[in-house]
Amino acid sequence: MNLFSDAVRWLTDPEQWTGSYALPTLLGQHLLYTVLSVLIAAVIAVPAGWLIGHTGRGREVAVAISGAARAIPSFGLLILLVLLFGVLQVPAAALVTFVLLGIPSLLAGAYTGIEAIDRRVVDAARAMGMTPWQVFWKVEFRLGLPLLIGGLRAATLQVIATVTIAAYVNLGGLGWPIIQGIPLRRFDQVLAGAVLVAGLALIVDLLFALAQRAAVPAGVRAAGGGRQDAEPRGRRRPASRARLNTPVVSRQHSE
Amino acid sequence: MTWILDNLGLILNLTVVHLRQSVIALVLGIVVAVPLGRFAWRYRLVRGPVILLTGLLYTIPSLALLILLPALFGYSATSESNLVAALTIYAVAILVRSVADGLDAVDADVRRAATAMGYAPARRFWTVELPLAAPVILAGVRVAAVSTIALATVGTLIGVTNLGYLFTNGLDRRLIEEVFAGVVAVVLLAILVDVLLVLLGRLLMPWQRATNGRAKRSRATGTAGVSA
Repeated sequence: MNLFSDAVRWLTDPEQWTGSYALPTLLGQHLLYTVLSVLIAAVIAVPAGWLIGHTGRGREVAVAISGAARAIPSFGLLILLVLLFGVLQVPAAALVTFVLLGIPSLLAGAYTGIEAIDRRVVDAARAMGMTPWQVFWKVEFRLGLPLLIGGLRAATLQVIATVTIAAYVNLGGLGWPIIQGIPLRRFDQVLAGAVLVAGLALIVDLLFALAQRAAVPAGVRAAGGGRQDAEPRGRRRPASRARLNTPVVSRQHSE
Repeated sequence: MTWILDNLGLILNLTVVHLRQSVIALVLGIVVAVPLGRFAWRYRLVRGPVILLTGLLYTIPSLALLILLPALFGYSATSESNLVAALTIYAVAILVRSVADGLDAVDADVRRAATAMGYAPARRFWTVELPLAAPVILAGVRVAAVSTIALATVGTLIGVTNLGYLFTNGLDRRLIEEVFAGVVAVVLLAILVDVLLVLLGRLLMPWQRATNGRAKRSRATGTAGVSA
């Protein structure tokens, strides 16, 4: 395992902690691009997804978008947009790529969150005299939140993975030690970069898993449900209609 | 269009290589995921850890996984088998869930009936449970196939040639057409494989359409229909 000790030595070398390619800087770039693009994607996709879930219209469009997006190679899309925008506009082109890649998961999370709600609950809310706005805010939003966070989780991980590759177009980020090291055969650096990227993804995933759990309303949890839980990882799910009906939120992994 | 027309041979060659890498990974993924998924489904205690572990592997960005795997197991990072191994892991992560979910969807009464008729567990699995779980598994295979094909392009970053080569080469030569051709080829290949999988499913599961039709009819007449 001296490969790994080489990687650790590279990581702890003071050289890696200063200059324009210092590790904290690379991490900062990685996070900045991720947060910014997921936020922009959310502003676009979440209201659209809610509207689809609330009205039940345009569902086919949402399903088609999230299905088709899976087939698009994010690396190819990135390079295509970089060339279209011009090589001087790399950050803008990369940002647009990340936003585009984040949209399908967020759209799916927003609309399935509302769609998965038992119609009787919504009918009951309406029968109690709630206005459409109240039905949305007090019932649909709360019950759909765990699935929405699931979509956010998928989108964020997708973007983190793609930002890694974007080091290929000189965007910086934690992918840089990997991309720069491969042609130089500097495997200590490459491996250290891979460990950092994997660690970042796993930590972010864990945080989202906790958020998803916390977002299940107390009432639903008390009812022994957790039925709104988007990713009941490791928990036994009620049989039947397991995946087939809501396959759209399944995490999309690209690059 | 001129670049595409001049290089049709190259694109086709790369497509064949790309398809080969993806198909091997997908087949290996199915071969691993079916027993693993059955194991996870059968024993409640391991189901959590199995789904969790494959989920964590799935979380690791591909470029990192392509480096970590060879470092851990001591083989060359720049080989085609490294790419196939990583793609297989992602496919397994998707498919284990589908297999376990598919087995969940098998009616317990059917299972009991098979046992009562004297089916040993292995025979019951292959002849009753797996065919009944197949529609859910097929849905997972379709997802895995499409994402494997898209994901394989990253291989070009570790020096494995496939359609991803058109991206890096196109960037070096500032040839938008080449990159565009690569993206379109990947998407078309994914669609083609997806359609083939649907057709294969129809061929292997002819009862599915029949049951669906019957379920619709029986629902119309008021009896409880079970849609697959």
